[in-house]
Amino acid sequence: MKMDHINWFQWSSPQALYPFAGRLISWVSVLSLLCIAAGLYLGFFVAPTDFQQGDSYRIIFVHVPAAWMSMFLYIVMAGWAALGLGLKTRPSFMMAQAIAPTGALFTFLALFTGAFWGKPTWGSWWVWDARLTSELILLFQYAGVILLHASIDDLRRADRASAVLALVGVVNVPIIYFSVRWWNTLHQGASISMTAAPKMATTMLAAMGIMALGFWLYSAAVALMRVRCIILERERHASWVQTERAS
Amino acid sequence: MGADREGLLMQWNSLSEFLAMGGYGVYVWPSFGMTAVCMMWEVLALRRRHAAARAALVQTDGMTDVIS
Repeated sequence: MKMDHINWFQWSSPQALYPFAGRLISWVSVLSLLCIAAGLYLGFFVAPTDFQQGDSYRIIFVHVPAAWMSMFLYIVMAGWAALGLGLKTRPSFMMAQAIAPTGALFTFLALFTGAFWGKPTWGSWWVWDARLTSELILLFQYAGVILLHASIDDLRRADRASAVLALVGVVNVPIIYFSVRWWNTLHQGASISMTAAPKMATTMLAAMGIMALGFWLYSAAVALMRVRCIILERERHASWVQTERAS
Repeated sequence: MGADREGLLMQWNSLSEFLAMGGYGVYVWPSFGMTAVCMMWEVLALRRRHAAARAALVQTDGMTDVIS
């Protein structure tokens, strides 16, 4: 494709984003369901019992994908926030706003499933160690971005203020990721390493990877659903929205 | 491994063995259950929100057309 012929700004209006998101949602949802179904099947019926942790390790198939999404969605949210601040495009702010609750949800799930994995393996639901504490801070950061936006009546100021807050908070993401290396921690090291040979059985890795792909697709579908709600709520007086009500 | 090795439950000999998760069922199932509940709740909540946003549009306009 010739890059110079693409008008990137054609997607930069809520009017263009609304139907585009609507067309994507069903496809992405179906793919997400297929991946999660396949991941659960591999995780429960094909992947063998771990010789050290027994079957408690199977929590990894939701814990690691949820934890990855919690960090990944924060970066994507901050990316949209940066784009909105730089280009002054409203849909970018709307996307940032649409991602935040899903990111918060996966952060909560990472902490919740982590507690249910920590109890049988470490003997404790919670420890104030670097990985867990920085992940908890991430939950507060998501809450901060959502609440700050909700607390400012002027939407354009709300967009900018929460975008700045989201951007500043990005520093915590590498802290979470590398916390298991930088500090002494109970938490085990990274499940996947680019440099070392895999420490897990292939079927375990496959189940975890497919679940992560499913969660990624789920996040995309849900963020697109939410951005459509936000567009309708914010643009309800625009003339194009009035024609949309009949479709 | 038992008789069901090639069956539906693959590596599990029985449904109760599957549910027990080698004694870790009380940790494994709440983890998967909470994840499932949260994700399904989010989808349902967004569907309701979208329907409400569309309904509000009709009210703004004073129309009562059929909305898909």
